[in-house]
Amino acid sequence: MNTSQGENVPTLNLKEFIRGVKKWTPCPLTKLPDDVAKRSLQVGIRPDEGDRSGTYFQMDDVPVFHGIKKGFEGKVEVGSMRQALQRHEWLKDYFWQLIDKSADEFTELAGRDWDDGYFVRILEGQKLTLPLQACLFVATDRFNQNVHNVIVAEPGSDAQIITGCTIHPSVSRGLHIGVTEIYVKRGARLTFTMIHNWAPEFDTRPRTAILVEEGATFVSNYICLSPVRSLQMFPAAHCVGEGARARFNSILYVKDGSYVDVGAKIVLDGKGSRGEIVSRVIATDSAQAYLRGLIVGRSEDSKGHIECRGLLLSNKASIHAIPRLDAEIRGVELTHEAAIGKIAKEQIEYLMARGLSEEEAEALLVRGFMDVSMFGLPAALNEEIRRIVESVSRAH
Amino acid sequence: MLRIENLTVEVADKTVIRNLTLEVPKGEVHVLFGPNGSGKSTLIKTILGFSNYKVVKGKIYFKDRDITDMPINERIKLGIGVVFQNPPALRGVKLKDLLNNVLGQAKDDLGKFTKLLNLNHEFLERDLNVDFSGGEVKRSEILQLLVQRPDFALIDEPDSGVDVENLERIGKALSEYLTGGTGIIITHTGHILRYLNATKGHVMINGTIACSGNPLKILTQILHEGYGWCEKCLLIGKGEFH
Repeated sequence: MNTSQGENVPTLNLKEFIRGVKKWTPCPLTKLPDDVAKRSLQVGIRPDEGDRSGTYFQMDDVPVFHGIKKGFEGKVEVGSMRQALQRHEWLKDYFWQLIDKSADEFTELAGRDWDDGYFVRILEGQKLTLPLQACLFVATDRFNQNVHNVIVAEPGSDAQIITGCTIHPSVSRGLHIGVTEIYVKRGARLTFTMIHNWAPEFDTRPRTAILVEEGATFVSNYICLSPVRSLQMFPAAHCVGEGARARFNSILYVKDGSYVDVGAKIVLDGKGSRGEIVSRVIATDSAQAYLRGLIVGRSEDSKGHIECRGLLLSNKASIHAIPRLDAEIRGVELTHEAAIGKIAKEQIEYLMARGLSEEEAEALLVRGFMDVSMFGLPAALNEEIRRIVESVSRAH
Repeated sequence: MLRIENLTVEVADKTVIRNLTLEVPKGEVHVLFGPNGSGKSTLIKTILGFSNYKVVKGKIYFKDRDITDMPINERIKLGIGVVFQNPPALRGVKLKDLLNNVLGQAKDDLGKFTKLLNLNHEFLERDLNVDFSGGEVKRSEILQLLVQRPDFALIDEPDSGVDVENLERIGKALSEYLTGGTGIIITHTGHILRYLNATKGHVMINGTIACSGNPLKILTQILHEGYGWCEKCLLIGKGEFH
């Protein structure tokens, strides 16, 4: 599947980045430096492993920790992708299968200079009551991190994964490439939440593809609220089975000179399959945001919907919503709605008439705009994401 | 407490209020009657200082301070509160979030007020004015007013689009609050006057006050003869109706 779509995206000079950095030594999460722990907490990673069923933590190119919490052993496998490939002969049938290694220069780079990544497998019929967490951390300035992850949700399983990708406060420049291949098998349910926190001179190119089988559900939540030099991704979900469902939610706060091109593609190939792409983007300063949505209806009774709302807070910023619907057979139902604008004066003045200052009114409306309850997530995750969004939006 | 002198207001370059003078002393509740488009809601939004309402002439004084050019939230801090007729829908902003943010002298009494207005806890978790029924809009607005407990209330049509049961709740809540209080109430139907005692009534016609007097008598006259009667009155000169 093509996961690289995007035009006008700034080209990167790969020679600017470095490889072969000092190796971290594996350690328990509690032994991680305080500033690492603090940063990872901001992307939803709990260094105390509280309220999590399992953890994977990678610093630069070294997996420093992986583990499963008591009570979850035998239900899920979490660990280094490199080791998992050695352990499971069959895993090669899941590796570089949904994404073509030669798709673009970034997948090529990830194939050539590979820095491990995580392997997660939720065993058949297992329902994890707490989320798994995976952190991909860049600790060295100018480092080019290329991870490749594989997630297999076996039939009838149910799990949530929180992936936090971030950098050390001393890192200003760098490139993160994350290749992720996700398999949601028959009747399984997977909620995949990815939280990014980069820096104004950092570039990132996630490459994600998902296969959703019969009766399975895949939900992606993507959150990026801090500046980034450039971010481009176009994850693709292929709903192959009858009644398969995929949904992409994203919340983006694009500021400073950030260039963000975030899309999602859903191919509805299963009878009665469903796809939804919902995005909220706020652009300010001189940031540019592109929101692409593509739903392809190929099977009868399939339904898809794209919803995009954008809020412009500056005259120099721009938001481009580019929804596309391809119906390739009779009986598919595809819709989209997009609305981009500024905060209505009427709403600000209404709040001022309750005593709020103009700035307080605007902040309350911005937080409301990024309200995550519309995503229909499980209560605990909803609360967790809400807290992250709130703490970041308050800081801005 | 509130004094408006020779006020002329333009909205989108059109004169909506003409040379209007009105005084509401402390402890008095005044009622504004008038046909659609006569400038009643415009007057309220001008007293609040909304940006589309341009004062081209005249002054507004509140507690003896000239507030004509004051920012909206500063006027609220001085003690003005409002119940809007058609508040905007704020997606993602919970009523609870707003109540936490408003200036509130009576925040501790929130439980009492929600009970009085028959609003449950889930209602506080809803997005403000999104898919609210007519009665819910009014009760949410009045709840915010009660929590704020301002010295002076501007209440725009608390009785429009509300069923009988809710009208009684709204009436009782406002009556409790306004007894001995000060403010201006706009009403079309006069239903709300069954629940509270107003000091004085005014009829607004074509952007100015056509007559003033006993509110119940004015209401009776309007119900019998319509606003045509007031227009005639305006032709004769400023009316005084007792």
